[in-house]
Amino acid sequence: MSNIIKPGEDEAGFTKPLYAPIKRRSFFMYAGATAGVTALALAGCNDDDTNNSMPGMVDVGSGSLGVLNYAYALEQLEAGFYTNLRTGTYYTGLAAGSAEKQILDDLYYHEVIHREFFKVALGTNAIKALEPNFSGIDFNSRTSVLSTAKAFEDLGVSAYNGAGRYIGTDNTGLQYLVIAGKIVSVEARHAALIRDLVTEGSFVDSDVVAIGSTGLEISKTPAEVVAVANNFLMDGSKLNVSNLV
Amino acid sequence: MNFFQILSEIEKTDPEVFERFDSRRRVFKHMTGFGKKMTAAALPLAMGSIFNKAYGQTTTSAPSIPDVLNFALKLEYLEAYFYNLGLSGDGTIGNNTTSATQTALRAQMSPNNVTALLKIRTDENNHVNFLREALTKAGATPIAVPAVSQFDFTGGKGSGTGPFAGVFTDAGLFLAVAQSLEDTGVRAYKGGAPYLASNDDILTAALNIHSVEARHAARLRTMRRGGLMNTAPAGTAAGSNPSSSPKSWVSGTDNGGASPAQTAAIYGAGTAPAYTPSGITFPAEDNVTQGGVNLQTALASLNFPASAFSEAFDEPLPVPTVLSIASTFTITGSTFFA
Repeated sequence: MSNIIKPGEDEAGFTKPLYAPIKRRSFFMYAGATAGVTALALAGCNDDDTNNSMPGMVDVGSGSLGVLNYAYALEQLEAGFYTNLRTGTYYTGLAAGSAEKQILDDLYYHEVIHREFFKVALGTNAIKALEPNFSGIDFNSRTSVLSTAKAFEDLGVSAYNGAGRYIGTDNTGLQYLVIAGKIVSVEARHAALIRDLVTEGSFVDSDVVAIGSTGLEISKTPAEVVAVANNFLMDGSKLNVSNLV
Repeated sequence: MNFFQILSEIEKTDPEVFERFDSRRRVFKHMTGFGKKMTAAALPLAMGSIFNKAYGQTTTSAPSIPDVLNFALKLEYLEAYFYNLGLSGDGTIGNNTTSATQTALRAQMSPNNVTALLKIRTDENNHVNFLREALTKAGATPIAVPAVSQFDFTGGKGSGTGPFAGVFTDAGLFLAVAQSLEDTGVRAYKGGAPYLASNDDILTAALNIHSVEARHAARLRTMRRGGLMNTAPAGTAAGSNPSSSPKSWVSGTDNGGASPAQTAAIYGAGTAPAYTPSGITFPAEDNVTQGGVNLQTALASLNFPASAFSEAFDEPLPVPTVLSIASTFTITGSTFFA
């Protein structure tokens, strides 16, 4: 029974090779076997490609430095978002001394500090400054801004938690682990507050915490995280985390 | 020389000797293949090293993975019993009979705040169960279930009349102690993480508890500044005194926290044990130096408020400092947080 293919699936399966991105390994296999590299590269790297491991992407690297660069990339995204929203009419219309202005100011300060910290800490090992793509966000809309803030903060927490295991266990790695810990709990505090601002009392809801069973945060692998994060990055700035293993 | 006779002799003076070995499972790894690998001459030396590990906590060796998990379990018991006693049940895990006193405490808060507290209570009870299971799965022995009578959440060491007297009848005091416990938990998990790094899955699980504690701490802080009866506390701006009207994150040292005479240590510096990996320090929460760089100085051109540089980073606390803070809530003579 399970072998029976419905007509719709058959059709989808048939057309797939025509537009599916070429996976990294096969990509290089083809590239190495022919002189027509440029033509293939163009064929494989179409504009709306979100595959994690294509040339032209930013490779965060591996090991402790890879995790730091991965964190740096996410902090760039968050800091860019909180910087951009400051010119939207939602933020500019907030009253001085209001809770939402205080919160968005603090989040802007914290995330820019995180970004700048990683930039200094990584020095010449740092990945480039990424070019964000916030075209899907309406910075004049409270709903759009806060729901995006919520998504970024939750994503950040799940990303840090999921990446701790890729940090080295040498002395330097242990120091990085503690530093990542210092940041992730602040991100979790942000997430809890923003979530409550969007939906009162949702600070540990089941989309982020296994509240019915273990009470643990639902961490995400680097691949799961960049599948979301890359939607907010321009071509040439999308992240490749395939070496974080 | 009879190894087991020696253990039997020790048992006479230290009945917990087998538990000590059992809770430090690594010891048995060192014993594996004893006969094959060791000569008779090497045996006394090897045994010296085994006892050193078994009694390691009283010396200066770094905590093992089971040590850290049991340490975390103790803190989760502290938190779970606290919410249980205040909100529902007789304190123990899984008991849900709500008393008149608990109903009266709830009545001092908005339904939204009560619901939030019950969610936190659920998480903490689940953390206890999770850690017990994780220890067992790791081949270690979880600590014995502590008696509820071992705790005095008034901070009175058993008198019930400590500085937090009325903690289960005064909702404001209840939230103040709750915030203190959660902020302590956040710092404790951070301090314990390096000793879990050798096991990826256990490390990830601990990080996944750590961030949930931070979410709890944030909500409790939000409720404290919003007020007990507020139905949407996230909409309230923080006041000028972080002790009584905190932000959802720690700002500087928060003027010593919710009850400075008792809680200042929660936001203060820790004393690094000798076994601490080099480069890991335990500064107070107002620290602005990260990875050797004073960020307030290095990033002065940003013109950000000074407080932002400390707020952006939480700080870890070492195990002994956390135990000392947590022992505020055990009775005189209790060795639970010793």
